[in-house]
Amino acid sequence: MAKKNTSSPAAANARDTAVAYLHSMLMQRRFEEKSAEAYAIGKIGGFCHLYIGQEAVSTGTMAALRPDDYVITAYRDHGLALARGMTANEIMAELFGRATGCSGGKGGSMHLFDKKLNFLGGHGIVGGHIPIAAGVAFAISYRGGDQVCVCFFGEAAVNIGAFHEALNMASLWNLPVVFIIENNRYGMGTAISRSTAQQDVVKRAASYAMIGTSVDGQDVFAVRKEMDEAIERARKEQRPTLVEVRTTRFMGHSMSDAASGTYRSKEELDQSMQRDPIVLLKTKMLSDGMITEDDYKKMDDEAKAAAQAAWDFADASPEPSPEELFTHVLSDESTVGAANDAELAGAGR
Amino acid sequence: MTVMTYRDALNQALREELTRDESVFLMGEEVAEYNGAYKVSRGLLEEFGPKRIVDTPITELGFAGVGVGAAMAGLRPIIEFMTWNFALLALDQVVNAAAKMLYMSNGQYKMPMVFRGPNGAALQLSAQHSQAWESWLAHIPGLKVVAPGTPADAKGLLKAAIRDDNPVVVLEGEMLYNTKGEVDENPDIVIPLGKAELKREGDHCSIITSGKMVLVALQAADQLAKQGVNVDVVDLRTIRPMDVEAIATSVAKTNRAVVVEEGWEICGIGAQVVDFIQRECFDDLDAPVVRVHQADVPMPYAKNLEKLAKPDAAKTVAAVKRVMYLED
Repeated sequence: MAKKNTSSPAAANARDTAVAYLHSMLMQRRFEEKSAEAYAIGKIGGFCHLYIGQEAVSTGTMAALRPDDYVITAYRDHGLALARGMTANEIMAELFGRATGCSGGKGGSMHLFDKKLNFLGGHGIVGGHIPIAAGVAFAISYRGGDQVCVCFFGEAAVNIGAFHEALNMASLWNLPVVFIIENNRYGMGTAISRSTAQQDVVKRAASYAMIGTSVDGQDVFAVRKEMDEAIERARKEQRPTLVEVRTTRFMGHSMSDAASGTYRSKEELDQSMQRDPIVLLKTKMLSDGMITEDDYKKMDDEAKAAAQAAWDFADASPEPSPEELFTHVLSDESTVGAANDAELAGAGR
Repeated sequence: MTVMTYRDALNQALREELTRDESVFLMGEEVAEYNGAYKVSRGLLEEFGPKRIVDTPITELGFAGVGVGAAMAGLRPIIEFMTWNFALLALDQVVNAAAKMLYMSNGQYKMPMVFRGPNGAALQLSAQHSQAWESWLAHIPGLKVVAPGTPADAKGLLKAAIRDDNPVVVLEGEMLYNTKGEVDENPDIVIPLGKAELKREGDHCSIITSGKMVLVALQAADQLAKQGVNVDVVDLRTIRPMDVEAIATSVAKTNRAVVVEEGWEICGIGAQVVDFIQRECFDDLDAPVVRVHQADVPMPYAKNLEKLAKPDAAKTVAAVKRVMYLED
């Protein structure tokens, strides 16, 4: 690292914080690029929704949380899981469907869980996890705790009933939850202008007598600041907040669609990519003398190496054993067709 | 033993479990200040306060999801649906969240929660309020489903459901709430999930049933006894996991079976019971199994049509006679 600009403890702290952000965002970016590569050659199956372009949202928010706070999100969850502290190895192994994955290979890309980090998933039904976040906050309140639950979802989820039901209850009951709209302006292939009557989505907050704020999601410092305020409001005042984070996904909705050319023009995407959150952060750090180009390259190389190591780890990991098919259906393993299931499992081996 | 209504038995189960475990709470529409749409939660707000007896907006999907989240964070929610007809709006939470969370997280997140409320038809409530959902719910791996038919079973099964670490669906019956029976007031008594009970013994035929249809089967058994036909009434009590051994033991003895269910025929619970019978008792059967169920129509309003649509004792008697090759 550059040793410039460390004349005061405050400056050193600022540099350490910025370096941590850059590290987190580079790890996500290089991990996702590796995921795309693995998907392309069939190492990863199913659906795979990449987070590239939105890294400042995950990093800025996670930095504002305590370890005992709770995080829940939808299916675009790799970046958030990494930023929360899950390892690249266990996530990549999950994407590869291996026993060493964070969900034992049973969840896949959309269902990353880590109870140690209070990372509550990875949920695949748009909006379905929003009431669950309210429920986690209900439990915090019930116990008289001071934790907070943060809940991420895309802007298209504001049109589903679960969003409305959850925000109403969260405000009515003073629940310590922050609802975060990652507004990337496209719900799959449908632009917000074609799906949403009130495109200024944060105005929805008024319907629930809730504070709503908007922030530039490409600026990690702005995200952090906004989240600090919303999280404080939840923690100290038990009031929920709706935060709109304006961001862009640089890839398609999933690995099934192109980044541009169908529902989104190349020009529009190119313009959005001018505000790459990693480039913005890097540029600021260079100009503030926090890092040098060499420092950046070193960090980037480390992130690339970590992503490659995760690939290697996943690739070398065993598949789940056939017995795992029937574990964790119920906590006590009693299933209705148990006799038949055992026969089927036996036949498969 | 004390004689009490099915409603009071459920109320006692709730009271005992709320007392036993601070992490248990009851949430739903009208459960607190109104004392429950069907008064199952009568007096609980007064005793346990608004933190643990929680009135919700009319928002089934939302509060079912709140229950799921609370369970993920370690509480033991009891989610009351005013009726299971309304729970259709919440099925995403029941099926996609509660039932799958343990599996998707590879055992990290248990779902110790109960979804309960009245199921099936009452009287002249017509199509949207008269539906039996057990086959829908029992179809889902990750759920347990119970359907108590008597006050004692209502209390014992609900208590077991609340103590279970899995999501348990409890299907009650509006028409059962006022029925009376003997109930053990010992708060330590629970009825294990997954165990059927032989409600009546006979050698000629097995009637396999659950929930509200237990009373129908017992009425049919009384009528048949007067004609010299004695039947086993196997009350499944838990629909999932189903007590296949109890079914097989009875059918191996009687060699004939009638399955009585409240819901529709196609893909109904009876179809599953018949599959278990053909699998376990193929060589024991002296006649094809006959099913009694609701007519394959939305429930009509008119009294006479509703009666025609519903499974009842007379249809059950006729079915038993058919499998015994007796003249009606």
